[in-house]
Amino acid sequence: MNMTEHNIQAGNKVSLLKALLKLLPEDAVLHEEEDLHPYECDGLSAYRHLPMIVVLPDTFEQVQAVLRLCYQCEVPVVARGAGTGLSGGALPLDNGVLLSLAKFKDIIHIDPKRRIARVQPGVRNLAISQAVDQFGLYYAPDPSSQIACTIGGNVAENSGGVHCLKYGLTVHNIQQLKIITIDGELLTIGGSGLDSAGYDLLALMTGSEGMLGVIVEVTVKLLPKPERAQVILAAFDNVVKAGEAVGNIISAGIIPAGLEMMDKLAISAAEDFVHAGYPLDAEAILLCELDGTNEEVSEHVAKVREVLQQSGATEVRTAKDEAERLTFWKGRKAAFPAVGRLSPDYYCMDGTIPRKQLPRVLEAMAELSKDYNLPVANVFHAGDGNLHPLILYDANIPGELERTEEFGGKILELCVEVGGTITGEHGVGIEKINQMCVQFNPLELTQFHAVKAAFDPQSLLNPGKAVPTLHRCAEFGAMHVHKGELPFPELERF
Amino acid sequence: MNADMSLQLQQRVQNAYEDKTALAIIGGNSKAFYGRAVTAETLSLADHTGVLSYEPTELVITARSGTPLKEIEALLDQHGQMLPFEPPAFNEDATIGGTIACNLSGPRRAYAGAARDYLLGCKIINGKGEILKFGGEVMKNVAGYDVSRLMAGAMGTLGVLLEVSLKVLPKPETEITQLFNCSANEAIDKMHAWSQTPLPISATSFHDSVLSVRFSGATKAVNAAVDNVGGEVMENAEKYWQDLKEQRLDFFNSDKPLWRLSLASDIESLSFEENPDDTFYEWGGALRWLKSDESAETIHAAMDEFDGHASLFRHADKVNVFQPLTPGLMRIHKNLKTAFDPHNILNPGKLYPEL
Repeated sequence: MNMTEHNIQAGNKVSLLKALLKLLPEDAVLHEEEDLHPYECDGLSAYRHLPMIVVLPDTFEQVQAVLRLCYQCEVPVVARGAGTGLSGGALPLDNGVLLSLAKFKDIIHIDPKRRIARVQPGVRNLAISQAVDQFGLYYAPDPSSQIACTIGGNVAENSGGVHCLKYGLTVHNIQQLKIITIDGELLTIGGSGLDSAGYDLLALMTGSEGMLGVIVEVTVKLLPKPERAQVILAAFDNVVKAGEAVGNIISAGIIPAGLEMMDKLAISAAEDFVHAGYPLDAEAILLCELDGTNEEVSEHVAKVREVLQQSGATEVRTAKDEAERLTFWKGRKAAFPAVGRLSPDYYCMDGTIPRKQLPRVLEAMAELSKDYNLPVANVFHAGDGNLHPLILYDANIPGELERTEEFGGKILELCVEVGGTITGEHGVGIEKINQMCVQFNPLELTQFHAVKAAFDPQSLLNPGKAVPTLHRCAEFGAMHVHKGELPFPELERF
Repeated sequence: MNADMSLQLQQRVQNAYEDKTALAIIGGNSKAFYGRAVTAETLSLADHTGVLSYEPTELVITARSGTPLKEIEALLDQHGQMLPFEPPAFNEDATIGGTIACNLSGPRRAYAGAARDYLLGCKIINGKGEILKFGGEVMKNVAGYDVSRLMAGAMGTLGVLLEVSLKVLPKPETEITQLFNCSANEAIDKMHAWSQTPLPISATSFHDSVLSVRFSGATKAVNAAVDNVGGEVMENAEKYWQDLKEQRLDFFNSDKPLWRLSLASDIESLSFEENPDDTFYEWGGALRWLKSDESAETIHAAMDEFDGHASLFRHADKVNVFQPLTPGLMRIHKNLKTAFDPHNILNPGKLYPEL
């Protein structure tokens, strides 16, 4: 590192570019505006920013060199996987480097005996299960974006999916990570055993939203594929009854592999879109998937059918074959795009609540929906209390996005009020940063900042995301006092 | 028992922070043998007790850290539920706080997950005497860093646990344990072959030419699995797994240093193992108990080779206990310790001399 490079100031694009080109091949550094556009947002497309420079390294050494340079020059770095995140975690900074891990896409090693796979961070979630299928194994967490999202991003967000209740989140399904710290040090976290010495840094890194280190390798745990999976569809004339049925299944001692609920608006949108055979007169449907050995599934299907009937289901259907099972799921999996067809835009929320609070939350949401005059469809990972309300809006109507965000913020605050959380699986990112002020008090937020400083004292990794400054919370608090009448409406608020 | 001592405990930590006095945190003192020695004033959590909420249909229990483990297990049992990680208690006084602080799990761990996997949230006092709450009482929660899980296994060096929230699960309908006579290597092969199939295995152990495999779940599924793999039925299996978890089996009746080795499940033999009778296998091979007089340096160096780690569990000098960390990891550990406990007053040296 020579003196010129030391003297690069944040925002001084020309000198930074020159220094980066010494570290990386020319085609791994993007800086022309047209090349930067694909990186301006992630799955939360309402927020857009062009990065100053995009780098696409393909070795640990290159990542280390880039991070060391940025550390010395105090240039912020935002790491990015496939960019499918829904909370703006990978939103670039105009004075920062966007570090894409897209070239790290090799499955390095599959060990069927130990039931693990060592993969690079840019490997797609579904590609892992496909690669290990030949051994009768799979990788359990299955976020709905699994066809596109990458494992590095899954670790950064602690991604879930529809099978979390039984199989856990990303944090339960990884064994080892390699990360590179902001000062360029390569660290191995976790080991070959089921636990490791010292603090649980594996858990701390999982869901840290790119704030603590850059994930450059992931060892995932694999599970044997269940012998059989069966899905039951139950219809209810009342959402509350459907919610109670979920509790009754669990009281019967059964942990389903997946337990999903959809409300009337979501049902009709999905049915219209994929013709899954959902009952259109139902107020809510439950999809309950049971997996395991043949005998276990048979026993549990019989039990769950009985529980559903006793819980007041108007109809209980067991998929008659694998094709019908997939059709039942197709409607659920297509629920987001299906709802998207009902309106020019939709906004997907992600709160978790204790399940027993469902009636109260649904009622309050219906009230809010009336107040804001914006319809809401509800898709719900019912087993683990994770709500995905989809607010329908039209971004072309001036002010409607802002009202939608405000409505969404109210839903998240409601989740906190009933003992839940502002994000179950999508992360805080930039989207829910204000609601962090509702969930955590200033002392807790200060502790989070101290955790970040333990890894990244200059706050160069993904600054401004996931954990709000106390200053920001003070402003957000002030906004709250005035309800809708914001003190500085001309200011950008994210 | 139900008593909220939060404010008194907070006052003690605040005073210690101001005076820079070290505190040795204890719950039921049931695992006093574990970890490095701490010389400090005692901060007892034993009177901070009570289950704060438990809703069987939500699968979540929240309790004050001094609540006896046996009280929690009895309450869950009444509702047909359990702590899935089968924690060892080691004596009647073990508390739920100590269980989480040590992150020790029993036979079911390899098949159901560890204590840390079932920890949903906690309330702590950090080293500045601040009461902070992280995580929550819901299954899915990614708001903020996962500070709760960081507390699991930190042995009180980052915070005094006040309350913990745990995910619980229904107890299996049926459990049957089958026995097989075989060598260690055959046992390892069998356990691996089975672990690649959907058999409902919930525990495995091997010692003295006997492989024990427990099957749990729906009755029909367990019966089918037993028919499938064969072996002989173990009588009094429940007692066996209890005795294993509590280290009451004959194997553990010894004054020799007892090492806990955590490593890849398929490692066949370790250079420092002299007598095969001195090794006891659990967790499909991923956990091994070893009675050995070898030096800590030798054992730790051997474990480094396998990317595993060793802790000197019992009958130890209480000095060289845990696997040394790489300099890079130690740097992060020290920074984290300072972030939570700037005056180094919480269980100083319990885990490593530097923390």
